[in-house]
Amino acid sequence: MNRRLRWVLGLLTLIALFSVLISRPPASLLEWQSTSLMRFFYVLLICCVLCLYRILRGPTPADRIVAIDILGILVIGFCAVLGIPTGRPWYIDIGIAWALQSFIGTIALAKYLEGKGFEE
Amino acid sequence: MIEIVGYIFIAIGLMFDLFGCLGLVRLPDVYNRLQASTKCVTLGTCSILFGLFLFRGFTATGIKALLCIVFLILTSPVAAHAIARGAHISGVKLWDKSICDKYEEDKHTDTR
Repeated sequence: MNRRLRWVLGLLTLIALFSVLISRPPASLLEWQSTSLMRFFYVLLICCVLCLYRILRGPTPADRIVAIDILGILVIGFCAVLGIPTGRPWYIDIGIAWALQSFIGTIALAKYLEGKGFEE
Repeated sequence: MIEIVGYIFIAIGLMFDLFGCLGLVRLPDVYNRLQASTKCVTLGTCSILFGLFLFRGFTATGIKALLCIVFLILTSPVAAHAIARGAHISGVKLWDKSICDKYEEDKHTDTR
């Protein structure tokens, strides 16, 4: 009973988030022309909220490290979506740099989890 | 016309991202969460970057987007494998309904 109640509550929360964010886009953010790109942006924000939930409530450190890895990949998606309407060419540079840095950080955290030193 | 195809690619990538993060919240185990979220989010972000390439064409931004796809495909499975190995060595339990653990058997039967 408790599990089914929680399932229904989570589903209702997701439906409420989608209905609010998709039905009423804001007027203007960075003077963007189209509104569909803003909706794309908000779907990515919902993904980041789910990752933050797992970071806050992960029972083991491995859960938190997985969520941090996923958050680092989502930031590259943010950079790609931001690069389309603004027309700035340097957002994708941030994306490439973030990909390499996130990979190095995740490898270091996995080595820490494994209990070995960094010199191996 | 090519912009419509780019929008379709970005929408598919966002769907993959969303379902991957939903699996990160809903699944019961570290390893299940890892295999659900890492593959889905990597493929979704690659699809978003390919949509950006379709928008920009063969300019500097488009080529950088393709380069970013190559970096993601090379680095993300390595990171996921390192996390899974570290979690197993540090003693994270499997889900109690999991039936197969080959890495544990390999650790006990290693004769080197």
